[in-house]
Amino acid sequence: MSHRSSVPLAWRRFEARYRLVGNRCLTCGTIYFPPKAICPKCRRKGKLEKYQLKGEGKIHTYTIIHAAPSGFEKRVPYCIAIIELDEGPKVLGEVVGDLTLLDIGARVRAVFRKIYEDGEDGIIHYGLKWELV
Amino acid sequence: MKRRVCVIGVGLTKFGEHWGKGFRELAIEAGIKAIEDAGISGKDIDAMYIGNMSGGRFIGQEHIASLIAGELGLNIPATRVEAACASGGLAVRQAYLAVLSGKHDVVLVGGVEKMTDVKTGEAALTLAGAADQEWEGYHGVTFPGLYALMARRHMHEYGTTREQLALVAVKNHENATKNPIAQYPYPITVESVISSPPIAEPLNLLDCSPITDGAAAIVVCAEDVAKKFTDKLVHIAGSGHATDTLALHDRESLTEIKATKLAAKMAYEEAGIKPADVDVAEVHDCFTIAEILAIEDLGFVDKGKGGKFVEDGETRLDGSIPVNTSGGLKACGHPVGATGVKQIAEIVLQLRGEAGERQVKDARIGLAHNVGGSGATAVVHILEREW
Amino acid sequence: MKTDGKSGIVGYGCYVPMYRIKVEEIASVWGEDPERIKKGLLVEEKAVAGDDEDTATIAVEAAKNALKRACINPDDIGAIYVGSESHPYVVKPTATIVGEALGVGNSYTAADLEFACKAGTAGIQMCLGLVSSGMIDYGLAIGADTAQGAPGDALEYTAASGGAAFVIGRKNVLAKIIATASYSSDTPDFWRRPMQHYPRHAARFTGEPAYFRHIGGAVKLLLEETNLSISDFDKVVFHMPNGKFPLRMAKMLGIEKEKLADGFVVSKVGNTYSGSSLLGLCATLDKAKPKELILLASFGSGAGSDAFAIEVTDLIEEKRDLAPTFERYLNRKIYISYAKYAKMRGKLKD
Repeated sequence: MSHRSSVPLAWRRFEARYRLVGNRCLTCGTIYFPPKAICPKCRRKGKLEKYQLKGEGKIHTYTIIHAAPSGFEKRVPYCIAIIELDEGPKVLGEVVGDLTLLDIGARVRAVFRKIYEDGEDGIIHYGLKWELV
Repeated sequence: MKRRVCVIGVGLTKFGEHWGKGFRELAIEAGIKAIEDAGISGKDIDAMYIGNMSGGRFIGQEHIASLIAGELGLNIPATRVEAACASGGLAVRQAYLAVLSGKHDVVLVGGVEKMTDVKTGEAALTLAGAADQEWEGYHGVTFPGLYALMARRHMHEYGTTREQLALVAVKNHENATKNPIAQYPYPITVESVISSPPIAEPLNLLDCSPITDGAAAIVVCAEDVAKKFTDKLVHIAGSGHATDTLALHDRESLTEIKATKLAAKMAYEEAGIKPADVDVAEVHDCFTIAEILAIEDLGFVDKGKGGKFVEDGETRLDGSIPVNTSGGLKACGHPVGATGVKQIAEIVLQLRGEAGERQVKDARIGLAHNVGGSGATAVVHILEREW
Repeated sequence: MKTDGKSGIVGYGCYVPMYRIKVEEIASVWGEDPERIKKGLLVEEKAVAGDDEDTATIAVEAAKNALKRACINPDDIGAIYVGSESHPYVVKPTATIVGEALGVGNSYTAADLEFACKAGTAGIQMCLGLVSSGMIDYGLAIGADTAQGAPGDALEYTAASGGAAFVIGRKNVLAKIIATASYSSDTPDFWRRPMQHYPRHAARFTGEPAYFRHIGGAVKLLLEETNLSISDFDKVVFHMPNGKFPLRMAKMLGIEKEKLADGFVVSKVGNTYSGSSLLGLCATLDKAKPKELILLASFGSGAGSDAFAIEVTDLIEEKRDLAPTFERYLNRKIYISYAKYAKMRGKLKD
């Protein structure tokens, strides 16, 4: 699919995807990840600045994917979870590591991994996954 | 005084795999049936709204509102409405608003999706477009996956069981056996749901709505004009529409669809009724958990008690509030853009007493609830029979 | 090669993927006797990268650990060199992926290096040059690989995944690099041509004329340059293509094998190629005491060896615990079957 092959679409998100740089509203103090284009609470009164998240949190909910979308077929089964970061925001991502530890509330930390490849000749999409600790 | 708006005609194609019929044939078949049911002719139609999620990716065709108007030889205003799986419900709402405003008197609403012209994987990827592509789709999550995340959390917080989820599918298949247009008109058991292949744990194949071709159409008409054509008026008593973040992780709670609650509130207030007044409901059961969330968020049962409510049979045809008499998305089928229009059609048939074997006795007030994505759009309509 | 006598390792970090496959498991596929292989190679199991890991991800994780110990801002780094023979792209640097993932900013020079298993130590030498000349304050050198042996090849028992990263600088060094020396020649003992998935090697030719001659040569040059004698070194790390070679090298040079013990990572992780001797150095630093002298000599087929005389400083004590040790990665493991291994390493083709 064309959007999955898009280099600029991926490239402009490297900072957030590779390094967990979100943002924080100076007006209301809310921390956002993924970063927002506008503070949904303060809107035009808000002022967003970059905010580095630590990359630690706990599992809020999870699922094991058995039927994967195109590009992920060879990875099944894999675990997708919503992680509640220690700073507050929730984020969706894959959970890796010793899955016998998998549970709601289990602690995870961000690790740098390959997310998917655009076929054999396209770019490799990297990003963060969440390793059970 | 506010103008009153009615549905005066409905039309449905069979839901399923239509190898021999294309997008335009399905759309026209449903449209003609609705026009005939309403007793109007093409020249009576002022405008048209078409709910369609992704003609562009399912059949490579955009510009589909004009496509259908053109095929029908109508040069009227025709507008495509897109809100993922809520496209149909939202098209109905646009028609309702257009008539309510006084701009149009007779509006044809179509919902159509032709999903089987592409392979399953491609269809799944297209549907995944309803999620946040940059932060959800990117990680390889599927739609069953997103609803599975909600299911797991609901089970965790409220003790909802695997069996209770399965019972939603069992009930909807049972209803589908009584619906001639249903894709899967055969019964299933709790065991067969639980032993079906896992798709996204805890959801299995039989927890998921299928890929379906199909179309639905209704004729929306101003009450004063409607009386020219028919006596069987079903009023749109209330219409609600709300949105939320596309990404599931950005929501305050994963055990409710906030947009459903807000849209329902809007519709109930407009209709001047309470959830308990509803006699029959078509709700968005794209996955079994979705029906449990829906009956809670629509106020039929308290939050967290939906699983038990289903288990107790309250949502069966003979229960206190029959839900998804058509078989729902699960068993009647889910041609995404058509679903929201089909739901209205089913409620109209129920209120007119034309639902055959699946007729809910003396149904007077019906509700249709259509969701887009993992809950970023919700559309709720309340229909009422006044005779 | 002369250094400024002050520069050295400011931070070090390693990464070993969590999956392991045992020699028994591989041997069972090919009908070989695992005991004979274990005895021959002195390798019991090897580390395997997950299907979502590659040299770039390993390099990033190792570099994050090195930065934790370096206690510097990422944007103080002026150079990044990643040495590997399994870069994820043939054209497009791994080094910039690392730079972006660490948040190094844009003011840095970078390149990917390839010199079989010694590309990582070549990166350390390059950083050392830039740092000791004052051109940059800090340089990041990484050796990482997801090495592949062809199914059924003897290499399959040892070719492993892992990596190590080193922040090189002048200030706050936890280990000073007193001197480095290299010995290189055109010796084709092991190679991989373009578009080929697996390397080929010249069997026993990889020993005497390649591994032993080059490491021996580099160590000799190092001793000449520093006026040190081999017995001055407290700890020794050689490249570990298997367990036998480094022990034999030590014997040839008159080094007690106990001095290799701390950095003898090969028996439990296998040969991580560009990561091999550097993982050994990390494991050695994990246990090193101030003032200890470490001899490091890498080997890269084709062929060359970079030798280093490294003196541990007092700072080791306070920096050691700022990031996970090699042992922690060693103990974090999940055993996999050959079938899972074949799936994860892309050996199953459509």
